[in-house]
Amino acid sequence: MKIKCPICGKREASEYTYIGDATVKRPDVNNTDEQSWFEYVFQRRNPRGDHEEHWQHTAACRSILKVKRNTVTHKISSVDLEGPWQGQGEENN
Amino acid sequence: MSDYSAFSLLKNAFSGHRNWKSAWRKPEPRENYEVVIIGGGGHGLATAYYLAKIYGVRNIAVLEKGNLGGGNVGRNTTIVRSNYLLPANIRFYEYSMKLWEGLSREINYNVMFSQRGVLNLAHTPGQLDEYARRGNAMLMEGADAELLSREEISRRIPGLYTGQDTRFPILGGLNQPRAGTARHDAIAWGYARAADRQGVDIIENCEVIGFIKDGDTVTGLNTTRGEISAAKVGVSVAGSTSNVMKLAGIDKLPIESHVLQAFVTEPLKPLIDTVVTFGAGHLYISQSDKGGLVFGGDVDGYNSYAQRGNLPIFEHVAAAAVTMFPNLSRLRLLRNWGGIVDMSMDGSPIICKGPLPGLYLNAGWCYGGFKATPAAGHCFAHTIAKDEPHELNSKYTLDRFFNGNELDENGTGPIPALH
Ligand SMILES: Cc1cc2nc3c(=O)[nH]c(=O)nc-3n(C[C@H](O)[C@H](O)[C@H](O)COP(=O)(O)OP(=O)(O)OC[C@H]3O[C@@H](n4cnc5c(N)ncnc54)[C@H](O)[C@@H]3O)c2cc1C
Ligand SMILES: [Zn+2]
Repeated sequence: MKIKCPICGKREASEYTYIGDATVKRPDVNNTDEQSWFEYVFQRRNPRGDHEEHWQHTAACRSILKVKRNTVTHKISSVDLEGPWQGQGEENN
Repeated sequence: MSDYSAFSLLKNAFSGHRNWKSAWRKPEPRENYEVVIIGGGGHGLATAYYLAKIYGVRNIAVLEKGNLGGGNVGRNTTIVRSNYLLPANIRFYEYSMKLWEGLSREINYNVMFSQRGVLNLAHTPGQLDEYARRGNAMLMEGADAELLSREEISRRIPGLYTGQDTRFPILGGLNQPRAGTARHDAIAWGYARAADRQGVDIIENCEVIGFIKDGDTVTGLNTTRGEISAAKVGVSVAGSTSNVMKLAGIDKLPIESHVLQAFVTEPLKPLIDTVVTFGAGHLYISQSDKGGLVFGGDVDGYNSYAQRGNLPIFEHVAAAAVTMFPNLSRLRLLRNWGGIVDMSMDGSPIICKGPLPGLYLNAGWCYGGFKATPAAGHCFAHTIAKDEPHELNSKYTLDRFFNGNELDENGTGPIPALH
């Protein structure tokens, strides 16, 4: 499996560290609703098919990437940067 | 069907072994069952067997989307052990171990349970202390454990490199003498035959594609072989848990599916007569009766339903294997494959009633569900039959994550790939 980092280019997956499901969002720190925190920490959709996930390019630029990958074929359809640089990634890895 | 015995073997030898009856029937699904178990892996089949045998439930079906033994029950590295730290886990797995010890007789099928020991290597003084603690915890719960010195390990396993001039020198280890390996297929076939003899309908090539509900209550299933109604439905589908539960309307669970690989080398003369695990990385290795070295390591580390893995993990486990046993370096690999494991958020399993009325869940087995098969079958059967957990699975609830009662053996937190 290879992932195309928008900054470094296409590199072996072993250069990256998997973080996990990118669709879970941390609740606001002032949110005291236990259910929201429980969902954030423990509950996952775990889809068979397209999955949005975070990977960090730990062995190079250290950017956190949002990758859309198919969990059955391992095919990656898009990679984007996270944070203020969002939207500068590419379709079709 | 008659018992398997030395006599039946002899009798069938006279007819050139052409008259053996198939080990289980191939019934057509009926319209209605008291209990339907989804998933004909080791756990589903064992559950059906104990439901009939111990709890007297008649009218049970096991629905399997493919052929028996094609899932993780036929893909694992067959290690059976109870060397856990947390009391709930030691008790459960030690009970399983006891069932293993009598299993071939219980189900009249040779499961080739070989109590050759499982040795965990320690590479730092801290790790050795941790093993002493774990060994003591095991002894206190009635399991067996022994702390071995480097010299003793070197004497017992001559191929293992115990020199100290290496990055991760071996300082000692924790051995569980009663642990070992078993024949994976025999568990699927043996429980299938034993369940069938109790009247359980095992229906292969029957995929569950939807749930029939009355409000929230599960009342039946849509399958590729028609509609089947059931008073109780047990889900036991390992890596497919999230998909099947989604069909029931449960969108999220504390589970991720990951791919775990296994590897087998060309056959060798007897070299390793136990199971050895590397303590500085993740590797477990044993030798099969055919002589091949069977080994595996970590999950690949990302969500996957692919039943095949990538090369970096192979390089990693092969490197660990050669670090431990330098004489393996020129061996050729014969086969490798992957299985989809249901990694839970705390690394411990879930065997519970619910989360919907009429529904029961057995999941979250991570890397370790093979050894659990007899106990999981028994406890899941108990939960389904009695509508309450057996003492041994009373901690394996689904709501423990919400309540803060996780059973996290390694203390790695809610990161499935690390368990
Ligand atoms: C490479 C590898 C090595 C392992 N090593 C060990 C080990 O050394 N020791 C150990 O204790 N454990 C080990 N495990 C874990 C162990 O194999 C599993 O935890 C255990 O087998 C899971 O239970 P099962 O046998 O019921 O699963 P499975 O055999 O996977 O059974 C689940 C069944 O459900 C069926 N199914 C799925 N969806 C549907 C549907 N919609 N309708 C009908 N049927 C469906 C599947 O086809 C499958 O047959 C290993 C796993 C792997 C992959
Ligand atoms: Zn990069």
